[in-house]
Amino acid sequence: MTAEIVVNTQNLHKRVMSPEGELTLLQGVDLSIAAGETVAIVGASGSGKSTLLGLLAGLDEPTEGQVSIAGQDLFALDEDGRARLRGEKVGFVFQAFQLLPNLTALENVMLPLELAGRHDARQVAEEVLQRVALAERASHYPKQLSGGEQQRVAIARAFAPHPQVLFADEPTGNLDRRTGERIIDLLFQLNAEQGTTLVLVTHDPHLAARCQRQLELDEGQLQMELEPS
Amino acid sequence: MNHFPLALRHLHREWRAGELKVLAMALIIAVASVTSVNFFTSRIHQALAGQANELLGGDLVYLSDRAIKAQRVARATELGLQSATTVEFPTMVLAGERNQLVALKAVSAGYPLRGQNRTAPRLFAADAAVTGGPAPGTVWGGSRLLTILGVDVGEKITVGNIDLKVAAVLTSEPDQSEGVLLNIAPRLLMHTDDLPDTGLIQPASRVVYRLLLAGDAEAIGQIRQEWQPGLRPGESLLDVQDARPEVRTALKRGEHFLALAALVSVLLAGAAVAMATRRFISRHLDNCAIMRCLGAEQAMISRLYLIQMAVLGLLASVVGIFVGYLAQWGLMLFLAPLAGIELPAPSLWPVALGLITGMVTLLGFAVPPILQLKNVPTLRVLRRDLGGLQANALSAYGIGILAFMVLVLFQAQNLKLAVAIVAGLLLVLLMLALVAGGLLLLLRPLRKKGGAAWRFGVVNISRRSGHSLVQMVGFGVGLMALLLLAVVRGDLLSEWENRLPADAPNRFLINIQPDQLEDVRDFLRAEGVEPPLLYPMVRARLEQINGKAIVPDELKTDRAKRLVAREFNLSWAEAVQSGNAVVSGSWWQPGDYGKAIISVEQSLAKELGLGLGDTLTYNVAGELFTAEISSLRRINWESFKANFFVVAPPGLLDKYPVNYITGFYLPAEQHAVLNRMVQQFPNIMVLDVATILNQVRDIIEQVIMAVEYVFIFTVLAGLMVMYATIHATLDERIREAAVLRTLGARRSQLLSSIMLEYTGLGLLSGLVGAIAAGAIGMVIAKQVFDLAYLPGPALWLSGMLIGAVGVGVAGTLGTRFVLNQPPLKTLRGA
Repeated sequence: MTAEIVVNTQNLHKRVMSPEGELTLLQGVDLSIAAGETVAIVGASGSGKSTLLGLLAGLDEPTEGQVSIAGQDLFALDEDGRARLRGEKVGFVFQAFQLLPNLTALENVMLPLELAGRHDARQVAEEVLQRVALAERASHYPKQLSGGEQQRVAIARAFAPHPQVLFADEPTGNLDRRTGERIIDLLFQLNAEQGTTLVLVTHDPHLAARCQRQLELDEGQLQMELEPS
Repeated sequence: MNHFPLALRHLHREWRAGELKVLAMALIIAVASVTSVNFFTSRIHQALAGQANELLGGDLVYLSDRAIKAQRVARATELGLQSATTVEFPTMVLAGERNQLVALKAVSAGYPLRGQNRTAPRLFAADAAVTGGPAPGTVWGGSRLLTILGVDVGEKITVGNIDLKVAAVLTSEPDQSEGVLLNIAPRLLMHTDDLPDTGLIQPASRVVYRLLLAGDAEAIGQIRQEWQPGLRPGESLLDVQDARPEVRTALKRGEHFLALAALVSVLLAGAAVAMATRRFISRHLDNCAIMRCLGAEQAMISRLYLIQMAVLGLLASVVGIFVGYLAQWGLMLFLAPLAGIELPAPSLWPVALGLITGMVTLLGFAVPPILQLKNVPTLRVLRRDLGGLQANALSAYGIGILAFMVLVLFQAQNLKLAVAIVAGLLLVLLMLALVAGGLLLLLRPLRKKGGAAWRFGVVNISRRSGHSLVQMVGFGVGLMALLLLAVVRGDLLSEWENRLPADAPNRFLINIQPDQLEDVRDFLRAEGVEPPLLYPMVRARLEQINGKAIVPDELKTDRAKRLVAREFNLSWAEAVQSGNAVVSGSWWQPGDYGKAIISVEQSLAKELGLGLGDTLTYNVAGELFTAEISSLRRINWESFKANFFVVAPPGLLDKYPVNYITGFYLPAEQHAVLNRMVQQFPNIMVLDVATILNQVRDIIEQVIMAVEYVFIFTVLAGLMVMYATIHATLDERIREAAVLRTLGARRSQLLSSIMLEYTGLGLLSGLVGAIAAGAIGMVIAKQVFDLAYLPGPALWLSGMLIGAVGVGVAGTLGTRFVLNQPPLKTLRGA
């Protein structure tokens, strides 16, 4: 079965200027991820994982090469065009949760729906919060929630608009192991339910092992694909 | 897509979270202080102007050499104005065998519309204020006239064809002062109803008709607008500012003081809003990055913030206006009885001004930096070290400074004042930048010395140079404003009060004949009054300028026409009179005595277009003489001393008919001296300027009181700036304290480092603020208030002291709670 390719890169390079001269962060990365796949990007610190994620999500611009999401060449769009595309097709879960501190849990989940002009934002957000078992904490502010709860809100926020692709950057990095595992369970559960493509950056082999594919980065270069253990 | 509801929801959420409260509070206080100052100013202004109008007998006077047309009175009545008429002309009156030339004034019912006459029940008895003028069939005469005629109250005086009974002794008229020095003839007051029967008014009579008007300022303005363009020669419109230069100066100066106070509030408003915005922005960098991550376009983010700001600005302005009105109203409750004046209802202008101030301040100081938020790098969600906004200070605050200048111009209605304030602000910013830059240079070599703690501290200050600069700007601007009002204001006000010392002349003696000089001096000495200097006075009419006959119609201004229409009082003197200063040309030397040269007062010269070297030809009792202008003088008209537009050297005017004039201070309890003087020297006219003097003094006192009260609001605004400044960098400080405590810093170490930092910042900002306040004070003292002011070390020292103590204490108290927060909570929240 040849599934639809949702994330695709061609010859992706990222170089930055540093006081010691030009620094290569990514070097000729080619990858394609099919719809519904779960993929882990693994590698040591400084191997370029986060840089790659930033480029895949269109948060940063490559020095060379192409990225397309759902067939749309990201860098043929301007920054606003990419923002629109993210709003329509992409969800995020971050290591530092990135909830808006002044918004309640419910309002944080509503935010992407509101930005998209959805009138059923509250209803959808309530349903998703229910789904992550935080309905009773809907009116709490992030600082009143534990780390695990905050990440569940972030996951609810990411899934609420039904994105095609979900990028997760070290989603358990700030959590203890047990909480982390519960978060991962939730992530995979929702992923399965919605048929979302999941791209996960992690250095946790345990977490990476739960993905269908693992891509290893080393000094900016994609190594051979590791088979799931 | 309509973003309004979303923006409102966001505003609601931000508000609920307390994010916008400092910003809103800064704005509310700013608008409240500007509004209350303006409510207050507009009311005080109306009250003072009304009070000053007593000197005119009305709010506006229409003057004509022909009888007042009925339609003018009708028009005034139609506009809801009160009116009264007076008819004035010189005539002879008789009593038995004696006769005397009098300045007769017939007044209608209702006269005077403003102020009151004072009368005594018989000659030399105590006087009291009375309402209205003499009833038909009666007259009021001054004591000098009654003494000359040998009549007292109850006896009759023949005026033209009829006899009128003297009903009271007139001691003071509210509007006596206008051109009074020319009225050598004593005053007789009668009712206009009796005028036709006297048969005195003939077609060729030299009569001045006046229509006095009083009432609503808008209607007065309307009349002025309607009548001014159609005035023919012989007609004019006068308000108190035309009539009384001393009062005009006092009123203008008072308005400038209040404008200064209001301006400083505007300045503080901008500073407070800018400071509050800084914190708002630093807190919203992440939010913006996340929203962009979640699909928000730049334009959408801009729109969301813009709508939020507009709504916030509107709400805060409305609240501020309300608070300002309440504050002003409460102030009036206890100020009005103190000032002894009835205050008219405030005008609506301050409401508009408050709204404009609120919106312009917010749009100028908050919106440009907030709109830069849209440029925050989206990648910040992954890498937190990215983008602090590389905010260009000029583009972010340039608009704010521009907006401030617009507000200043709007508020000051005085270009010099506005320019001085704006230049002062720029001076502060420049000095602060230099000081901060210098400080960092100084610190650089210190980095390598001392222990770990010291190194950390020094490196920290350098690292946070931007943040230190922000605080210094906030504190510096706040302290400058406070010092400007606290110290400079005090010095300026006392300088102003000193202009009119308690013993300023309050009585003038006019028409002293040369052969009476010694007798008058002896008389005064015998009465225990130190004989004052007596000034010679020659009456002359100006006929030619540079040999060319003057055509009044060719003169540009009404004042110029009036000046040439009446006789000049020329004087001579060896030395420049005190209170006068030569501004161009040079005063004569003894060798110049008798030369045909003169010194002219500068405003007269300006009005008539005269300069050094021009010649003036005067007619003295039918004889012409020509003299060249050798110097121009500036006169301090507020001194209430006898002053002359034109002065000649000794020896030029001696041959003409001369009389002498003098002014001196007579305490109220020695009033009887004047009665004896009038009896002994009936030809000498005594002019009582105590009323005007007190009027001006009252105005000064009330303005000073008003400025003192307005100052309270400015202090509040200043404290708000301090508060906002401390808050602007609070987040960075909290995070830093948490890190330091995690690394093992003790609470006491952190506390003393915070104290030291704020005290140092306060010391430096205080010095810079004081230098700027002194410079602004000096400029506005000279340019705007026409007063002398020299800032000294006392100002700089108090600036440093106030800065160090005030900022030190406020900063420490404001950030102390940082130390009580568990570090983990702070770090986790970060």
